[in-house]
Amino acid sequence: MPAFIIRRLAQSVFVMLVVAMVAFLMFNYVGDPVHQMVGIETSMQEREALREALGLNDPPLVQFARFVGHAVQGKFGLSYQYKRPVAELFEERLPATLELSLVAALFSLVIGIPMGVYTGLHRSGFLSRIFMTFSLIGISLPTFLIGILLIFVFAVILGWLPSYGRGEVVAIGGWTTGLLTISGLKALIMPAITLGMFQLTLIMRLIRSEMLEVLRTDYIKFARARGLTDRAINFGHALKNTLVPVITITGLQIGSIIAFAIITETVFQWPGMGLLFLQAIHNVDIPIMSAYLILVAFFFVVINLIVDILYYVVDPRLRVDMGKAGGHG
Amino acid sequence: MGKPASLQAVHIPLHRRAIDALRRAADGDVFYSFIHSPVTVAATAVTLLIILSAVLAPWIAPQDPFDMASLDLMDAHTPPSWMADGNPKYLLGTDDQGRDVLSTILYGSRISLEVGFLSVIFSMVLGVGLGIVSGYAGGWLDAVIMRIAEIQISFPAILIALLTDGILRTVIPEARAEELALTVLIFSIGISGWVQYARTVRSSTMVERNREYVQAARVIGIHPVKIMLRHILPNVMGPVLVIATIHLAVAIITEATLSFLGVGVPPTEPSLGTLIRIGNDYLFSGEWWITIFPSAALAILVLAVNLLGDWMRDALNPKLR
Amino acid sequence: MSEPLLNVAHLRIEFNTRRGTLVAVDDISFDVMPGEVFGVVGESGAGKSLTGQAIIGLLEPPGRIAAGEIRLDGRRIDNLPYGQMRRLRGRQIGMIFQDPLTSLNPLYTVGRQLVETIQTHTSMNHEEARRRAVALLEDVGIPAADKRIDHYPHQFSGGMRQRVVIALALCANPRLVIADEPTTALDVSIQAQIILLLKQLCEQYDTAVILITHDMGVIAEISDRVAVMYAGRIVEIGGVREVVKNARHPYARGLMGAIPSLHRRVEKLNQIDGSMPRLTEIPSGCAFHPRCPQAFERCRRERPDLVRVGESQVACWLYGRTS
Repeated sequence: MPAFIIRRLAQSVFVMLVVAMVAFLMFNYVGDPVHQMVGIETSMQEREALREALGLNDPPLVQFARFVGHAVQGKFGLSYQYKRPVAELFEERLPATLELSLVAALFSLVIGIPMGVYTGLHRSGFLSRIFMTFSLIGISLPTFLIGILLIFVFAVILGWLPSYGRGEVVAIGGWTTGLLTISGLKALIMPAITLGMFQLTLIMRLIRSEMLEVLRTDYIKFARARGLTDRAINFGHALKNTLVPVITITGLQIGSIIAFAIITETVFQWPGMGLLFLQAIHNVDIPIMSAYLILVAFFFVVINLIVDILYYVVDPRLRVDMGKAGGHG
Repeated sequence: MGKPASLQAVHIPLHRRAIDALRRAADGDVFYSFIHSPVTVAATAVTLLIILSAVLAPWIAPQDPFDMASLDLMDAHTPPSWMADGNPKYLLGTDDQGRDVLSTILYGSRISLEVGFLSVIFSMVLGVGLGIVSGYAGGWLDAVIMRIAEIQISFPAILIALLTDGILRTVIPEARAEELALTVLIFSIGISGWVQYARTVRSSTMVERNREYVQAARVIGIHPVKIMLRHILPNVMGPVLVIATIHLAVAIITEATLSFLGVGVPPTEPSLGTLIRIGNDYLFSGEWWITIFPSAALAILVLAVNLLGDWMRDALNPKLR
Repeated sequence: MSEPLLNVAHLRIEFNTRRGTLVAVDDISFDVMPGEVFGVVGESGAGKSLTGQAIIGLLEPPGRIAAGEIRLDGRRIDNLPYGQMRRLRGRQIGMIFQDPLTSLNPLYTVGRQLVETIQTHTSMNHEEARRRAVALLEDVGIPAADKRIDHYPHQFSGGMRQRVVIALALCANPRLVIADEPTTALDVSIQAQIILLLKQLCEQYDTAVILITHDMGVIAEISDRVAVMYAGRIVEIGGVREVVKNARHPYARGLMGAIPSLHRRVEKLNQIDGSMPRLTEIPSGCAFHPRCPQAFERCRRERPDLVRVGESQVACWLYGRTS
């Protein structure tokens, strides 16, 4: 494994520790965990006993170590609102969020890449101008507004699509999916578009500027001078060279999608993690907040690692053992 | 050349240098490209119009939506004036409490812009300050600041703002929650956006700190940070202004989003985002105007600022084109 | 005398800019014979590269051919439709660029790039194309070609990469190769090898070469004939020995003085004062007159045409009446 992936791995662990620290500080010092767990009639002695039992009187470093240890095992304590383990709540909500995020990411890639390639190749074409205008509007419209507008048109006026919820879901093992029922799929359309729209415009603009950049390079000129077809040049040579930055941004964007899901889930009352997190903020449900923080950071770190590995796959310059390169002419 | 000339530059007041920079910009290609981009001129006009009408809201709004006495619940849910049940008194209709929608938009954009501008200023001061410190001090301080920046930039700004806002809300006592809401919001949005300023300023600082005049000024005992401020600020003004303009659009969106999620501006003094949140409940009963008009106002404002920022980036920073 | 392979007649290349139309190449004419090495020499900005790009049909906008004709085997090619011109590139006219480090797509093996180009121009299947690719790599002197074919460009050194580039330019056996500063980006020690390789291969494949360079030494090494360009115009054209030994145009003479030589005792290096004018301010008359030590009144007023002087053609009023 190349050194840079190991370095990234170490960096990831560091990021996770920092985030865990923030979550821990929140968990332990924002409000009083004991206060949240007991009733008003609990006596001081009982509170102190609980405090001792929970280990809240231990040195902070010990408490932090314990917190990290629990987090690794997926133990985040009890939700103040639900009086249930946070992990359990997350398990119920995770499929909804992941399904939505995945479909939104696919939507933004499948539509965004061709639009970006097209506008890169036909820089001043009529359709390109329309796409570019559209993309600026896409960037300027906040996610929640796109959701509201979609609801207004397709749910209120036309009545074609449901405006909230996941529709019928099917449980497969511990996983609930809305992808197998008509109503589940219908319910997914608007949230996925809402969530994917911003990333779509970003990906489109990025691919466009990368295409413009690559088409100016010497190897593209040389490919033209060899008489290769436009198709081979544009898609074989140019598009592949735009992939490295696109993978970076797409990776970051998938992370963003999970974060932006908070907004989309609120607009569409989608029963996922984001909605749970927002309710936690409203109700000062610290265990859920700190657990969510750790989980989102974890997703980000994992995605970043995947991105690094993808680089390695796409770009042979990183892959090769430089010792083999030789031969001076 | 030598010490006297380079030291003289130190003592030209900041504002004079700023004015000079602007004058140079106005003479050159920047002004030319501005006049020859009708979209930019229009975007500027729209932005200025919205800012002006927001500032003048108390004088030009048909109604004071926060003055309970002027509200008439009988007038609640009136559609826009051109519709069947419309009332010419309320051009864009009224909301559930009988507040004139046009007036709430004018007052709402006032709050949105206020939060937007103040968060941008907060980010800018924080970012420029940390950038200078980081670039000038180097060493472990630089490493720490830049590592934090690196971690922060890998998370979306809105998530940082939302988390900061969420944490702060749990920290402040409930009694003062309402009065501190705006401060919390500005702090949260501001803290989520400093990284870009810091990175830009840091690299400029690193170039400047080894220049002769800095060494010279140090010899005669002028505090280096003072010199850095005087010299670097004018140099980085262009890029910082571009970042600030684009950031303004982002800050307005973030504010609107947080308010829409119910963790931003309280409904007693609503911003555009709060108005959209309130109106959203009435979308299904057909009273679309309560939410659609503030939405349109928000979209137009952000679009105009974005267009302006796009143009500035192209005009002031040809490298990015 | 046989028919020329390439005939360029009165070529004029213009750029439309905000500040008006710039003439980058102004009324140049020359022939290239089958199998010959034709050098084009001049300072950067003289219009050499643009001429090469115009011939292969890859002028980049806003550059455009404003006047003149380019004929390959007597057939006009400067106004061909895009698709026909594309099939000509690589198959009839190949091109070699300056920087071998950036001329190859970093994400594909050299084999893939060779096979792709061969298959674009021939009906070979993948196996045949690959065999031909290995043979080509051997021809350009890459050791263990059957292994190296699966390596990526960054695994080759600069000189080796330029050999790969030459293989790519020659892989459909074109009749003309335009080599635009093929050795400028290479180490001095490797330049001579590459130049000789180019010369030898073109003899072997019977390919004509237009060698564009600012380095008169390279031209003297392998060219048959040479054209000297200055400010978008050809000032002297002739057999390479004639021009090197007996340059007639004052500018050409200055250039020749700049060739270091072991065999010839150089009394003093003729240094030309000043620099080539920018396209926006090309002088009237002969473009070289402000820098010319021998300029007289007519040079400032009238532009000289190429006239035969001995074995060469020269555009200079010093020879106006002696032709």
